[in-house]
Amino acid sequence: MAPWLANDQKLPHGRLVLLSYLAVGMTVILLFGFWKLQVIQSGHFADLAEKNRVRSIPIIAPRGTMLDREGRVLVDSYPSFSILLLRDDPKLLEKSLPQVLEGLDISPDDLKEQLDNAKFEPKFQPVVIKPEATQADIAFVESHRADLPVLELMMVQRRRYPHNGFFASAAGYVGEVSPQQLAASDGHYRPGDIVGKAGLERQYNETLEGTDGMRRVIVNSVGKMVRTLDDVEAVPGKPIQTTIDYDLQAVAENDLAGKEGAAIALNPRTGEVLALVSHPTIDPNDFAVRINPKVWAALNTDPKTPLLDRAIQAQLAPGSVFKIVTATAMLESKAIPENMTVFCPGYATFYGRQFKCWIYGKGSHGTVDFHKAIIQSCDIFFYTVGMRLGIDKLSFYGSGLGLGKKTGIDLPGEESGLMPSEEWVQRVYHRKWYPGETISVAIGQGAVIATPVQLARMIAGVANGGTFVQPHLMKNYPNPIITHFPVSDDTVQKVTDGMYGVVNEPGGTGYSSRIQNVEFSGKSGTAQIIGYDLRSRLGKEKEFKDNAWFVGYAPRRDPEIVVTVLVQGGGHGGEASAPIVRDIVRAYYDKKNGVHNEQTTTENRMGPEQAKPIVAAVGATQQ
Amino acid sequence: MKEGPRTHDFDWILLAIVSAICLMGMLEIWSATHDSPMAGMHWRQAIWIGVGFIAMFIISRLDYHTLLDQAPLLYLIGIVALLVVLAIGHSRFGARRWVSLGGGVNLQVSEIMKLVIIIVLARFFSEVRTDRLTTADLVKIAGITGLPVLLVLVQPDLGTAMVLVPAAIVGAFLAGIQWKHLAVLLAFIALMVPVGWHMRTHLKPYQQQRIETFIHPEDNPRGAGYQILQSEIAVGSGGFWGKGFGKGSQNQLGFVPVRYSDFILAAMAEELGFVGVLLVLLLYLGLLLRLIDNAQKAKDRAGMFVVMGVAAILGFHVLVNSAMVIGYVPVTGIPLPFLSYGGSSTVFLFLALGLVMNVRMRRFVN
Repeated sequence: MAPWLANDQKLPHGRLVLLSYLAVGMTVILLFGFWKLQVIQSGHFADLAEKNRVRSIPIIAPRGTMLDREGRVLVDSYPSFSILLLRDDPKLLEKSLPQVLEGLDISPDDLKEQLDNAKFEPKFQPVVIKPEATQADIAFVESHRADLPVLELMMVQRRRYPHNGFFASAAGYVGEVSPQQLAASDGHYRPGDIVGKAGLERQYNETLEGTDGMRRVIVNSVGKMVRTLDDVEAVPGKPIQTTIDYDLQAVAENDLAGKEGAAIALNPRTGEVLALVSHPTIDPNDFAVRINPKVWAALNTDPKTPLLDRAIQAQLAPGSVFKIVTATAMLESKAIPENMTVFCPGYATFYGRQFKCWIYGKGSHGTVDFHKAIIQSCDIFFYTVGMRLGIDKLSFYGSGLGLGKKTGIDLPGEESGLMPSEEWVQRVYHRKWYPGETISVAIGQGAVIATPVQLARMIAGVANGGTFVQPHLMKNYPNPIITHFPVSDDTVQKVTDGMYGVVNEPGGTGYSSRIQNVEFSGKSGTAQIIGYDLRSRLGKEKEFKDNAWFVGYAPRRDPEIVVTVLVQGGGHGGEASAPIVRDIVRAYYDKKNGVHNEQTTTENRMGPEQAKPIVAAVGATQQ
Repeated sequence: MKEGPRTHDFDWILLAIVSAICLMGMLEIWSATHDSPMAGMHWRQAIWIGVGFIAMFIISRLDYHTLLDQAPLLYLIGIVALLVVLAIGHSRFGARRWVSLGGGVNLQVSEIMKLVIIIVLARFFSEVRTDRLTTADLVKIAGITGLPVLLVLVQPDLGTAMVLVPAAIVGAFLAGIQWKHLAVLLAFIALMVPVGWHMRTHLKPYQQQRIETFIHPEDNPRGAGYQILQSEIAVGSGGFWGKGFGKGSQNQLGFVPVRYSDFILAAMAEELGFVGVLLVLLLYLGLLLRLIDNAQKAKDRAGMFVVMGVAAILGFHVLVNSAMVIGYVPVTGIPLPFLSYGGSSTVFLFLALGLVMNVRMRRFVN
């Protein structure tokens, strides 16, 4: 027996028993731990396991198309692929980059910028490195799935707009949902969702956007899809049919090409907008992929304001177009005998100050009655009427005919213009109205401002006896609001005779734009945007050319089409804008009568620019 | 009268418990890997179990007294092997633990050291002839255990290094440690926790990370804290009845880390639920109690120390691994005996069982 075995002491049975208690105690503690996780907190962990296992991938619903009144497509969507770069493995990323850059033809600087932009995003969020993948790009990604796992394709729905900004101001554009919208949407939107940002896209976003579907897939621990669990199909957005007539829109777009201005054509009987143009504008296709921040900043600071929808947002002095308000007020108020005549020597003095007629320096109108005052747009006559009526009467009829109020057109951001009054000047400037100010307002200068759509409505309202239908671009617009501001038949007769004469009588300011067999009527306006004194002081005559207005309609009473054209810096309304209105109205009738007609542009027909009339500081250049 | 050791004196109950655990392990290894590039791992585990069985029978034939006689030599061989591994062993997962035995088989030398320390300590304790260990005895025990612990620690393998310590503590407890010494020892261990925390900057980066992660698992959900979190999710989502064998999403989709080995209990908890965990832990409890019973019936103190050395190391494995799976202790890389996949550790376990059988078969031998 080995000497170390000489120890024949008894075994420590007591301590062995203690150790077996220890083993039991240990087991109980462990079981308690498992009980806590598996029974008490089991629901919580089951949720977490489900989140691990199931990933929801949105199936983007295509936005609804926009159609014209005859069902022709104006705006639609198409499926497209974006290429994503996965960044969660920096080593793999670095190794793959040269091949990625070459294969997708991306410049290193471009990629660096995109990666820098996403620097603070979580690493597991991929970066879109190519928003609009070509067929070749897609083939490249598909064929390198094994050796370039950092690339991934994502299907998206892109918006497709007509080129060159056709219909752009009315259509608006789409973009990623803003953080504010996201917060206010109560879970309806997810980050990165595309929503309408302007125009019809915004107005009818709910109709157009549809409901995204959801594909639930089982993923493994490295995020690889194992299989599809279920699909909730996307519900595509509904199409909207607009009241726009593609043909009229094309004529308007064409005629305004390269100009700064707006055109709006509507049917005053129904309120339907037939064409709506604002130039210059943007190409919303640029926004459909990704807005480059520099481009966005440039658009916002561009002095030509391409983001402005001039047809409903440009608030400018209406110039002589406003004389129709003054004329209506004169006849309706009966404050002045309707056979009043005024002698126009080219200027006149009111409240101790000299006001000039637009003809000053080129001759005079001589004796002017109501009819002649409208067709030749004599300032002296309307100065006199304005002085005798006073601002309150002008304001009453102006407001009644819709100035200073939004028309309620179904587009976001409409401006209201301004119809000044004694009350207004008291409220805003806390002073009294100077009677001298009324003189300018009577010919559409001074404080009064209006938008193209307001002027179209005002002229049509006078011509149809005072019925105003809410203008709209959505066909089958439910219950357009109809308001009335009754104008007596006698007034309608006299004023529309005047507006018919503007186009159809020799000496009328729009005589060169008359149309055979169509009772085309209207009123021109040539509005100063800056006082003459200031203009000559600045010495930059060119930059402050007058705004040319023309509001035309047909037939001469109860019109079925009314068109406002504004050409900013265009000079004379009768020359710069009337031909455009004429083209649109003629296209409307040609179409209605089934006459095939080459669409023409006014550029070829516009005569040489005439010498600019010299006018007084507060007066207006009128034609 | 002298009788030879009898095979029917094998502890068949103990073997039944172990076989049940091994079988559950193989099933769960299959479940965890069948749908992955590691498919077929359960058959490799079966081979290791077979090898283990043979090794167990062989070592049970060899009288443990003979082994204890050779304790100093075994100790020397163990220490040299550890030094060799540090010099020429190759690394896996950032630690030098393995020596190649050729034919693609790699041996984790520290597993051998577990066996050696059981034998060496049994020998040491049987030479103590009183019921009270002196301070000098304790210093010797600390020395004998401390050297291999240090050598394993620098591999570095904190887990295996820690595993050696309970064998010494349980042995000392049974050999008659004085209560005051025990109190000092426990106080010392309690003190080491904050000191160790303070010294954490001297640990290897992966160890630092494991500790950081243990304390703040949510900070780095894609990093190492991910492991603990995913393990807890697997366990918790299993619920009372489990998701069904082969149906645990955490397991099947690979969210549970090293689900065939260190975290196999998490995989099992997910698929078999609390019921499965209860069964496994009760099997382990049965195993431990059966070992203690064998120790009670040992012919001599040496035999008892051998059996309790095995029990201490096994118990420590079960405790630390289970606690890790439910997030009670940091990730240490200590596998679950007989359940986790692993060649070296499985063979070691059966060798250790062989020692226990050895003691049991000789309980009536004079």
